[in-house]
Amino acid sequence: MTTTTYLVIAVVALFFLVIFQISKAAEYVSVLKGEEQSRKQTNKVNAFLMLGFMILGLFGVWYCNHLLYHKTLLPLESASVQGERVDSMLWVTIMITGSVFIITQILLFWFAFRYQEKENRKVFFFPHSNKLEVLWTVVPAITLTILIIIGLRNWFYFTGDAPDNAMKIEITGRQFGWIFRYPGKDKTFGKKYYKLIDDADNSLGLIWKDNAAMNLKDDPATHDDIITESTVYVVKNKPVKLIIGSRDVIHDVGIAQFRLKMDAVPGIPTTMWFTPKFTTKEMQEKTGNPNFQYEISCDQMCGNGHYSMRGVIEVVTQEEYDMWMIKQKPKYFAAFPDKDPANKKDSTVTATAVTPK
Amino acid sequence: MSNEAVLHTPSSYAVHDDHAHDHHHHETFITKYVFSQDHKMISKQFLITGMVWALIGGLLSVLFRLQLGYPDSKFPWLQDLLGKFWVEDGRITAQAYYALVTTHGTVLIFFVLTAGLSGTFANFLIPLQIGARDMASPFMNMLSYWFFFAASCVMFSSLFVETGPFSGGWTAYPPLSALGQASPGSKTGMDLWLISMALFVVSTLLGGLNYVATVLNMRTKGMSMTRLPLTIWALFFTAVLGILTFPVLFSGFILLIFDRNFGTSFYLSDLYVNGTVLPNEGGSAILYQHLFWFLAHPEVYIVMLPAMGMVSEILSINSRKPIFGYIAMVGSLFAITCLSLLVWAHHMFVTGLNPFLGSIFVLFTLLIAVPSAIKVFNWLTTLWRGNIRFTPAMMFAIGFVSLFISGGLTGIWLGNSALDIHLHDTYFNIAHFHLVMGVASFFGMFAGVYHWYPKMYGRQLNNTLAYIHFWVTMIGAYLIFWPMHYEGLAGMPRRYYDYSIWESFKQFAELNRFISTVVIIVFATQFLFLFNFFYSIFKGRKATNPNPWGANTLEWTTPIHPGHGNWPGEIPEVHRWAYDYGKDDREFIPQTEPVGANESHH
Repeated sequence: MTTTTYLVIAVVALFFLVIFQISKAAEYVSVLKGEEQSRKQTNKVNAFLMLGFMILGLFGVWYCNHLLYHKTLLPLESASVQGERVDSMLWVTIMITGSVFIITQILLFWFAFRYQEKENRKVFFFPHSNKLEVLWTVVPAITLTILIIIGLRNWFYFTGDAPDNAMKIEITGRQFGWIFRYPGKDKTFGKKYYKLIDDADNSLGLIWKDNAAMNLKDDPATHDDIITESTVYVVKNKPVKLIIGSRDVIHDVGIAQFRLKMDAVPGIPTTMWFTPKFTTKEMQEKTGNPNFQYEISCDQMCGNGHYSMRGVIEVVTQEEYDMWMIKQKPKYFAAFPDKDPANKKDSTVTATAVTPK
Repeated sequence: MSNEAVLHTPSSYAVHDDHAHDHHHHETFITKYVFSQDHKMISKQFLITGMVWALIGGLLSVLFRLQLGYPDSKFPWLQDLLGKFWVEDGRITAQAYYALVTTHGTVLIFFVLTAGLSGTFANFLIPLQIGARDMASPFMNMLSYWFFFAASCVMFSSLFVETGPFSGGWTAYPPLSALGQASPGSKTGMDLWLISMALFVVSTLLGGLNYVATVLNMRTKGMSMTRLPLTIWALFFTAVLGILTFPVLFSGFILLIFDRNFGTSFYLSDLYVNGTVLPNEGGSAILYQHLFWFLAHPEVYIVMLPAMGMVSEILSINSRKPIFGYIAMVGSLFAITCLSLLVWAHHMFVTGLNPFLGSIFVLFTLLIAVPSAIKVFNWLTTLWRGNIRFTPAMMFAIGFVSLFISGGLTGIWLGNSALDIHLHDTYFNIAHFHLVMGVASFFGMFAGVYHWYPKMYGRQLNNTLAYIHFWVTMIGAYLIFWPMHYEGLAGMPRRYYDYSIWESFKQFAELNRFISTVVIIVFATQFLFLFNFFYSIFKGRKATNPNPWGANTLEWTTPIHPGHGNWPGEIPEVHRWAYDYGKDDREFIPQTEPVGANESHH
């Protein structure tokens, strides 16, 4: 430990000592001066502080908003069609809860100040009033009903079926990163089985050869599946349906700019769909941040590397997407280079190819 | 006159020798202070153990806030202090960070705000306020504390194992918590965590059964259920909730123990962890979450209700005015208790839960806002046209209401699944539950300690220290948690060790530093309370008035130092409810006073 550390400890200790001494002295003074009188004085001070706290507090709420509002997602419109609904609902909720907050906090501290102990105040013996009770049962109930209706309409929209033209992408979480799979030309995801997972060449456990021991048959639909890691490409204005899974522990696909998230649970696939509104480039301009990326954050505690489990969604135009897709090679060819037409121009690769040894 | 003499000169109230009571059985140090069967001593044991845990839990949060607030700074002195497992190269390690977060959550929720709060006040207040000599089963009550103590020892020992304490979050979701391969904290640390929690469940059940039996069977003559003070109602419902839900948590833990040690697959399926394929197939990781939240949601009410009860009592006493809407207050406690059993899956909206099922949980969750609103408005009306004395307990009670409003309103956001899908597991959530159940319940607990301290120890706390403690904690709580809503509105996920690689979340580095600094100040301020508490046990001013706050309830009819058995003579009879303050021009009318012939009726 350095001398500064000792110095800091000494100063803090001294500070505490002073507080104790003052507090002790205050007790002696109050006893000598007459306890009732000093109690009444303290009462006035605290009543005043209550009012002060309320005024400074409300100012603080405004100031905090002033400092931090532009750092949140709220000033920019949502980057997904679904997120717009989240935002509009958020604003209704802010308006309602915000006004309740301000009214009740003002009443609380104002009553505390206004009805502080006074010599000749006669308290109002007011044990109950059915009218008031009914009032503040019914009004919150009605307000909440409105919020529930808005909420559930959105909820069923978000969790409902994705449109038929939605692009399907499978996303799989692992400690600590994301694996993406496109179904390829046949638009079908080939079957997979977790016991075939091998980080060397089959990170998802695709069934692309017969396996007698596990009684599995080669699924030709796997042969054109395209697998990428950490970055996924999607098309602006085209709905995307994510089929979410996990290889190990529970993760969560969170995309803050789209206002959505969904858990990745091993053994139980989940889904989430959204329609991106702006390309990554457009967002870089809108935010004024040249490094802007749509980031996939893992939002469910998944181990010591949880905080670094980052994925990127590149939202691009249809042309850019097609250009990118054309360059992707099915993972099957990486595992079986002899099946790759680029390597063996003369042989035709068919789905019923014999199992490679 | 010496200083001590100034403080201890008897005032107009004569100081009796209050130790006199009718049954003088011989008590040794062991039976009086260690294996005591006196509910008052057991409550103090719960309180002090809870305070030790609060100190540890708070210290853990200071350590992980150091990492969040000063991610680039190095703390070589911390390394000297804690060793290489926790701090490497001057920086808190990721593993240590997650261990800190997990242990902070576990001990504060279970050991401090469950055992420390309802363990203390249920034990202390139930016999004293209903007019009983002790709990229904003093022996079970003693066991309840010692099971808690054993749980504490096991949890504490987990901080020292080689692979570290459990580090998968206080919710302990499998597969992370089930598989040692997935995280070093899920090895021995998790075994100890489960043993500790199992012991804790036993402790809670022993305590809870006792509280319910005592309230139902041992009320004094005249103390009908509708004359019970609201504290007792709240503690009663708390105990009922605990009895109904802790066994479910226990069953969840048992299955987890089986999955960890005996090769079953209740929660495990399709796993490839750390380069190995696991044989488990067919389990459901989500099953655990249902079992866990079936307790853990009511748990937040187990934490809240005692605070609500004590706050109702303290607000009424110090406004010198009856609590407004007694029956509505009891009714809303009952409604909260029932509804709290039907909302657990609102923690699981984004697990892939059936959306229709989710919508039912939205409905029940938002319904809870109705009884909560009733309580807030009734508290406000209690203050209205009162004659308020700002005792330290009253300050914390008012602070509780303020925090409960602030944190409760954001529950309306998170309970609505379509907003939760955006805000789930972000800092918004952290701000919400820390305000509404963390800090607010702490305020309830502080209010209780300040209010009943003279009854507990026969001495008074220092008021100046108490007021400083209140104001710094109150301001600090808002400074820490209010800005976190904004981090949440930026989508910033919780439980991240470092945000610097994230383009979307790194803009809050400065704010995080500010929050961490406030955390350190608020934590340091709690030492004022601790000092005040322990110093006053021995050196505080002696209480001279057996009823220092002018309260109606029965505990203030006991001698200043009640013996084991509470009342030296007959147990007093009760003739009225507990809230006749300011009635018929009388400041207060104790429950023991018969209703006069000319008394007005309400």
